[in-house]
This record gives sequence, structure tokens and C-alpha cells, in this order.
Amino acid sequence: MKQQIIMKLLTGMAGLGIALGVATAHASPEQDKQDLIKYFTSKYPNVKIDDYVYGALAFDPDSKAQYDAIMEFPPFDSQIDAGRKMWETPFKNGKTYADCLPNGGKMIAGNYPMFDEAKGKVVTLNDVVNDCRVANGEAPFKISDQKTMGTLSAYMRTLSDGMIMNIKVQSPKATAAYEEGKKTFFRRTGQLNFACATCHIQNAGNRLRSELLSPIVGQAVHWPVFRGGDNLVSLQNRYTGCFKMIRAVPPAEDSTVMNDLEYFHSAMSNGMPMKASVFRK
Amino acid sequence: MNALRRNVLKGAAGAGTVAVAVAAGLLKPTQALADVPRSAFEAKNVGDALKNMGANAPVDSKDITIKAPDIAENGAVVPVEVTSGIAGTSAIAILAEKNATPLVADFSLMGGAEGYISTRIKMGQTSLVRAVVTAGGKSYTAAKEVKVTIGGCGG
Amino acid sequence: MAEPMRIRATMAGDVADVKVLMNHPMETGLRKDAKTGQLVPAHYITDVTATVNGAKVLDAGLSGGISKNPYLGFRVKGPKKGDKVVVSWADNKGDKNSAEAIIG
Repeated sequence: MKQQIIMKLLTGMAGLGIALGVATAHASPEQDKQDLIKYFTSKYPNVKIDDYVYGALAFDPDSKAQYDAIMEFPPFDSQIDAGRKMWETPFKNGKTYADCLPNGGKMIAGNYPMFDEAKGKVVTLNDVVNDCRVANGEAPFKISDQKTMGTLSAYMRTLSDGMIMNIKVQSPKATAAYEEGKKTFFRRTGQLNFACATCHIQNAGNRLRSELLSPIVGQAVHWPVFRGGDNLVSLQNRYTGCFKMIRAVPPAEDSTVMNDLEYFHSAMSNGMPMKASVFRK
Repeated sequence: MNALRRNVLKGAAGAGTVAVAVAAGLLKPTQALADVPRSAFEAKNVGDALKNMGANAPVDSKDITIKAPDIAENGAVVPVEVTSGIAGTSAIAILAEKNATPLVADFSLMGGAEGYISTRIKMGQTSLVRAVVTAGGKSYTAAKEVKVTIGGCGG
Repeated sequence: MAEPMRIRATMAGDVADVKVLMNHPMETGLRKDAKTGQLVPAHYITDVTATVNGAKVLDAGLSGGISKNPYLGFRVKGPKKGDKVVVSWADNKGDKNSAEAIIG
């Protein structure tokens, strides 16, 4: 049964060249997600779908216990504080981030990435922050930079803790961007010729050497992470790392490829609660 | 127990011991005098660390519980909790036997502090995490193996 | 390293549960700087003391083997809600820090 679902997904992706831009030819994001949940829960009936937000930790109680112990009083508290100072410091013109972000920046992270019809492309929350900066006379941050965008987002995204991931894919153009992101996820690449799907769908819950592989569902809700308790890694920093590990040249952060990927990837965590700035190994 | 501390407490060297130590710059007035001399922290093996701590042949005890992971997620941050059920626990020391300097920390407990310590330690490689408890002037010990691997997936 | 430390002190039954997060790089002196290849000098907290209402309850010696941004949890029987906990540390370079909290 589960094999049929996977084959349906993979065959659907195999027919990449055909019917692009024809929304009805492809399953909806919600259907894609439900197919994936069916696949994972039948493979791992003892892991609660609610626990998928913990990624690999949901499959290993020893790891989860360490996460719980460290999250009780995270060592990176002061790094989040540094982000809070950035958030609260007004621009030269006296305005703040809260002034230009929707809802003052609270409970919005689950809406991003979103498809900006006016711009004709996917925008991430980081893009919106940079638009805010530029609109108020400040230079945009380099998206991949831990010290600036990373640190700001380590605090900013906690303002959306508890928000349910709510990625919307509605217009034909948005659907096309979603499908591009899906293609990227399923495309084999790099010297090792792996796709994201190879590890995070096909082999989720298995080990690659000593490492447990996390399933795609629930992956996008818990960023940034602090690796080893102090090394700040954003979601697109992590995509870059994954591409490097399969020995592919990573696409540039904030490029169309990466943003479309994040669009698809985040939609696969729709319905799940978010929590920013967490510990990972 | 640190000989200096024992003498200071007993006043064995007579009145003015503390004043002498302060004058000699050995003991600053506001300096906390931990029970264990720094030489114990510099010892490069468990035996020397225990000797410098003054922990003579600690006896294995089932009344010491060590809560630590089977496999550390990251050797830089290993959560360790030691609970001692031994009456009169006055100190808990934590050692990571294969660290370059095994004695990680020593905690003297007094004034109602319970035999309980929770902290996070660094481990360079798989080894026993050992707790040495001092109670009633005697030393007790328990240990738990914690595996440390080199992960491959961190982006 | 004068970043404020955080203390959480609450009554758990008749025992005061105290959790402390200190800010400190806790360099062992054995780590090489990735960029320069030079050893980063040892810089770590060596002593921690804690008092409740002025009476010492904890006197600790630490090495560089304690993780960066040291975490410490301990429990004291006897204190009540409203009592004051003070935690102080000193490091191998002579830096000091201190913070207090009221048991809630």
C-alpha cells in the first residue's frame, strides 16, 4: 500500500516536463502532505505525527531526552537576546521592524514563504525584513549571514512560537512555484546523486552512518536551530549544508530555486506548530 | 579534603591562620575556598585527580544515580545529573575519565543543599562519566558510560 | 565576560529548586582557532558560590570541561518563597560576576 503511494508521488514527479503550469495535473499541497503522512505513519506506526516537529529526535528517546534537558534552560539564551536588541532598536528614521511587518511581527512566520503576486515570485520572511529595512533607509542584510539576519531571526521567529504553519498555494503562478520546489526536492543531484527525498522520504527514520534521518513532514517548523548549543543555522543555511554534503554546488540562498524549495518544503509542514531557536546536535 | 581548609577550620595552626594566608596572598578575603585544590583539576588521569581531591579509594555505591545520555548528541554539551541518596552528602564531583583532565567539576554542598547536581559537560570521546560523592568523611562512587560519536550530518 | 547570568529559583514542594545559566566562553586552552590556527587561551570559570539569605549552600570548583555558557541546577531544603538566592562566579582571568533571584 505504502509503496503505491510513493510510486505515485515519484512517478508523478518523473513526468516533470509535462503539464507544467497546469495546476489540475498535479495533486494539491494538502494532498501531497497527506500522502506523505500516510507513508510515514504506516512505516512508523509507533511515532506520533505530532512528534514529527522534533525530526530525528522523535525516533530516538535518548536524543529527545537530551533536547528536553538542554531546552529547559538553553545555553543560547544570550544569542536570542542579541536578536531581541536588534529587533527593538529603531532604524535611523525612528521606525522599527514592528512598524512595517504585518501584525507587528507577531504570529506571522507560519505564513511564509508566500507567493507575492505583485512581484511574481515567492518571498520569505527574511525578504520581507529586508524590504522593511530598505524602505526605512537601511541597507539590506545578507540573508545567509549568522550575525545579522540569522541573529535577528533567532528572536523574531520566536514571536510566532505556537503558530500553526499555514502556507497558502492558490494562484496558478503560486502553484507553479510550489511545483518547482517539489521538483527540486525530488531531483537527484551532486556527486552522490541523492535527492532530498532519498534521505527525507525514502530513508526517513533510517540511519545514514550514525545519523538518524528526519522525515520531511515537520522539518520546516523549527528554525533557526542552534547546533551544539551555539552554532546558529537558518533553514536555508541548512539547505546549503545538505547540498554540500551530497557534493552538489548549492544554489545561492534567497535564489528562486531555494525560495521555491522552501515554499514547497514549508507547505509539507502545514498544520504543525512552530517553535523557533531550538537545540540540535 | 584540602589540607589548608582542614587546618583553617580546626584552627590547628593557631589564631591568625586565615590572616596569615590572606597576607601571603594565598587566600583573598572574598575568594571562595572550594574544597578541592586546583591541582586536582589539572591532573591528567583519574587516579591522580582522585588523589589530589583527597578521595581515598571511593567505594562503589548504588545510592548514586547518574542521569546522562547513552549516546551524546554533541560532545560539547552533555547533560549530566547526579543524585546522591547517601545521608550526609557534603560534596559531589563529576569526572569524565577520558578527558585530557578528567575532573570536570566539584561541588561542595552545605546549609541544606541536597545531594543533587545538574550540569552540562564536555566529553572528548566515549568514556565513563564518574560521580564521586563525599559523605561523612568517606568517598563513594558510581559511573555510567556515555558514548560520543562524530556526527556527519550537521550542515 | 560581564553578561548577566540568569537564575530561576522556585519552590518544588518544600525544596528550593535553583537553575542557573551563566554566560562564559569556557575555553579549555586546548582548542585551536579555526582561522588563525593558534591555541585559544584558557578562559573559564573556576569557582562558583551560591548563598540563600546570606548562608552559603554551594561552593564549586569548575574546569574548562564544563560546557560553554555553564548550566547549573541544585536544590536546597529549608528556604521558603521570598528568600534570596545569590550566585557568584570567578574565572581564571580574575573576572567576576554575580546575580540574585527571589525564590518564587
